[in-house]
Amino acid sequence: MPRVVKSREEFEGEIFESLVLVEGKDLPLPAAGTEFTEISKSRRRIDGVQRVTGRARYTQDVYLPGMLYVRVLRSPYPRARVRRIDTKKAEKLPGVRGVLHRFNAPKAAFRGEETIFREEVRFVGDEVAAVAADDEQTAVEALRLIEVDYELLPHVVDLEEAIGDMAPRLDTDGNVAEAATHKRGDAKRALKEADFVVDAVYRTSTQVHNSLETHGAVATWDGEQLTVYESTQHTFAVRQGLRTALKLPFSKIRVLCDYMGGGFGSKGSTGKYSIIASLFSMQLGRPVRCVLTREEENIAAGNRSATLQQFRIGGKGGRITALEHTSWANVGQGRWVANPTGPTNTLYDIANLSSKSYKVVTNAGSLAAFRAPGYVEGTFALESAIDELAEKMGVDPLTLRRKHAGSPKDPMSGKKYSDKHLLECYRIGAAEIGWQRRRSGGARGSAPHRRRGIGMATQIWGGGGGPPAYATVHVNPDGTVVLTSGTQDIGTGTRTVLAQICADELGVDLDAMQVRIGDTDHPYGPVSAGSITTASVGPAVRIAARDAKEQLLGAAAGVLETPRAELRLEGGMIVSKGARTSLADILGKVENNTVIGKGGRHPNDPELSQRTFGAHFAEVEVDVRTGEITVEHLVAVHDIGRIINPMTARSQVEGGVLQALGFALSEERFLDRATGRVMNANLENYKVPTVRDVPAKITVKFVDRPDRKANNLGIKGLGEPPIIPTAAAIANAVANATGARVRHAPLTRARVLEALAIAGARS
Amino acid sequence: MPRGPGATDVALTVNGDAVTVRGAPRRTLLDTLRETLALTGTKKVCDEGTCGACTVLVDGRPVYSCMTLAVACEGKAVETIEGIAKDGELHPVQRAFIDADAFQCGFCTPGQIMSIVALLRENAGPTEDDVRRAVAGNLCRCGAYPNIVKAGVSAGRRKS
Repeated sequence: MPRVVKSREEFEGEIFESLVLVEGKDLPLPAAGTEFTEISKSRRRIDGVQRVTGRARYTQDVYLPGMLYVRVLRSPYPRARVRRIDTKKAEKLPGVRGVLHRFNAPKAAFRGEETIFREEVRFVGDEVAAVAADDEQTAVEALRLIEVDYELLPHVVDLEEAIGDMAPRLDTDGNVAEAATHKRGDAKRALKEADFVVDAVYRTSTQVHNSLETHGAVATWDGEQLTVYESTQHTFAVRQGLRTALKLPFSKIRVLCDYMGGGFGSKGSTGKYSIIASLFSMQLGRPVRCVLTREEENIAAGNRSATLQQFRIGGKGGRITALEHTSWANVGQGRWVANPTGPTNTLYDIANLSSKSYKVVTNAGSLAAFRAPGYVEGTFALESAIDELAEKMGVDPLTLRRKHAGSPKDPMSGKKYSDKHLLECYRIGAAEIGWQRRRSGGARGSAPHRRRGIGMATQIWGGGGGPPAYATVHVNPDGTVVLTSGTQDIGTGTRTVLAQICADELGVDLDAMQVRIGDTDHPYGPVSAGSITTASVGPAVRIAARDAKEQLLGAAAGVLETPRAELRLEGGMIVSKGARTSLADILGKVENNTVIGKGGRHPNDPELSQRTFGAHFAEVEVDVRTGEITVEHLVAVHDIGRIINPMTARSQVEGGVLQALGFALSEERFLDRATGRVMNANLENYKVPTVRDVPAKITVKFVDRPDRKANNLGIKGLGEPPIIPTAAAIANAVANATGARVRHAPLTRARVLEALAIAGARS
Repeated sequence: MPRGPGATDVALTVNGDAVTVRGAPRRTLLDTLRETLALTGTKKVCDEGTCGACTVLVDGRPVYSCMTLAVACEGKAVETIEGIAKDGELHPVQRAFIDADAFQCGFCTPGQIMSIVALLRENAGPTEDDVRRAVAGNLCRCGAYPNIVKAGVSAGRRKS
């Protein structure tokens, strides 16, 4: 019988308490010394063949008979009132089937607003109208024929301008709102009493996700049921958004996401494109496709907020005694803020600390969660500031960190960690990079104009996962197994690790497994974000597999007329005192059947704090003539509990490091203040790393010890940890190499040269 | 014969099959493959020649199919990701991508593979740097590059 229990989980730095439905009892952790057949083994992705042959079907590959194409007219102004829209010419264009805008679209609630087409458009890229046509080219031509009368309003797009007194007020309460605050001890007094104080301002630029598959949906309404194919990290959230917008019951909405081409946090909920496609499909009775272009992806599909962060950090007696952190983040028209103060509050045991995070609204595209939102920005500043303090105090920056990083308790909540091996991460990383070679002032590089240095930085993040997450395991009469869950595989290898967990617990070969995910007709699965998927769904899969196994053993006992206690299930065979019978033979003896195992994730221990930890170490060379930074070696060490698949885990760390490298060195959205336009809304001028930018050497290490108190597998998440500390490790290595402190990510050549000039003038 | 501005027929070979496709002269090879021929393995990411996801081979040369008009392929042989496995056997590059875990979301994968298939026809035993040069125009947002390079080198070894 299902029962309601209280649950407390962390998600992207925040704690959520909720009631969840669970059934039965959780399984104990596998005993120490258990010989796994699949868990902890490197396995090729089970969907690899689909992906390398082009057969994997992504949302953009869904072409339905009679499908219409939608293109969206977007505001060319950062702030304006839409006074009038004339669509007569557009509607007359042959092939145009419908036009929607604020004067004719049905009400469709979206994120607290009543309609998807605003009267006051608030950024360049805001939706003004949409055209559905027989083909894409016709839709594009129709957009040009729509006449819009805009009344221009004063705007502000720049973070620091928006904070100032001269900026137009975009919200009735002003542009700046306090979002989070934390205080412990007395930071002000401790700063006065400190022997060394660093007072510095750090900045991070806007990073754009640029998932290769743009946001988009294909919707089809058959008069009874709305089916939406969507590139999403959470089919169930899309269903919720469509229900709110369209007032349809859940039973009439099905959202599907089989394969998806990246999301990195930006595809966590319904988009206006899904609502537009659905509205057209319901009006016109045809399938409708609304997929964003690359330019739209850059201007209207979310980004990592630019931040301005002020640190005051004090040291005395070889320790950090005080820390003040104030952060402002440009959320554009977003409704929330990713707090960069998360790592400040929780990473180190610092007695006197005060932090404040402000959300700043502007007429720029909204933030969307981007892989470790807030933590990437905050860790860059925090870990840079700590190195600056260490330099001032004349102590080794790793030694300084060690004094504050060993606590078994979360300094913010006071709760004990379920497990923590951060000091071991430091030990492994220091050995791999050769930290003992690091000298204050750096070293000569491979040429007279090149300097060499070593730096490091620390990572803290959640990733403990939790309920609700469900799975079912169907065993067919031929012994094959279908695992079903409403989770998604956004490229992390979810299908593969869930298959490994299921096959291992059930006692079948991986080849016997099929995994079906990305469908709201499946048991509920959580958003594929926050590094929670494996630790949320994995334990549910294990319970479902155990449930199926118990039933199979019961069936085998009946068929073989052997006491159940004498039976085991191994490699798809029922083993009884040396005799082996295949599952197919057992199940074939009874009438057609489906054995169904069910499982749900049980709550975490509310008295513990589940966190992941890690450290990155970087060795760089800096060309002091050009400001070019070359990362020679990057060591990534992470403590995420037990590793299910070492091969895919390693891939994920390399990928995180490379995306971090973009944040650290090259990725930056340019917004023109006068017009509010993004000047580099493409992959030519927005610089994501290429194969040429990969460091000569990336070393990936895991502590790989089960977190015995986390869940029934001892696992935690890995999606986000590897993107968090890289930029600070590189900035610290650059400072070590050259004496120049670059306080603005990305560390472009211009910024490095500027910092070198300042350092040169000082010395 | 001058063509256009209306729809026109184009005869070409796609994965060994002779096909005639009808479309406006401005229609790209990419849209022709995906929408007319239902070969959706080739991906559209930027549609402006900056990412390499739509890479296919035209007469053996890797090209960005978003920057190539279908009419320009009259009489030419086009190969796409759907055409490189033979008789149910994966191409060595496809096999190497799976073995090296050279993809995450997989959206850039068809383009990466086609770039390396073209490389191997010129150079059966490429070095890491040869592979890097071959895929320098293929973006991967998940950062699978180290494994892509490994896959390219090992596919060369397998083939030769």
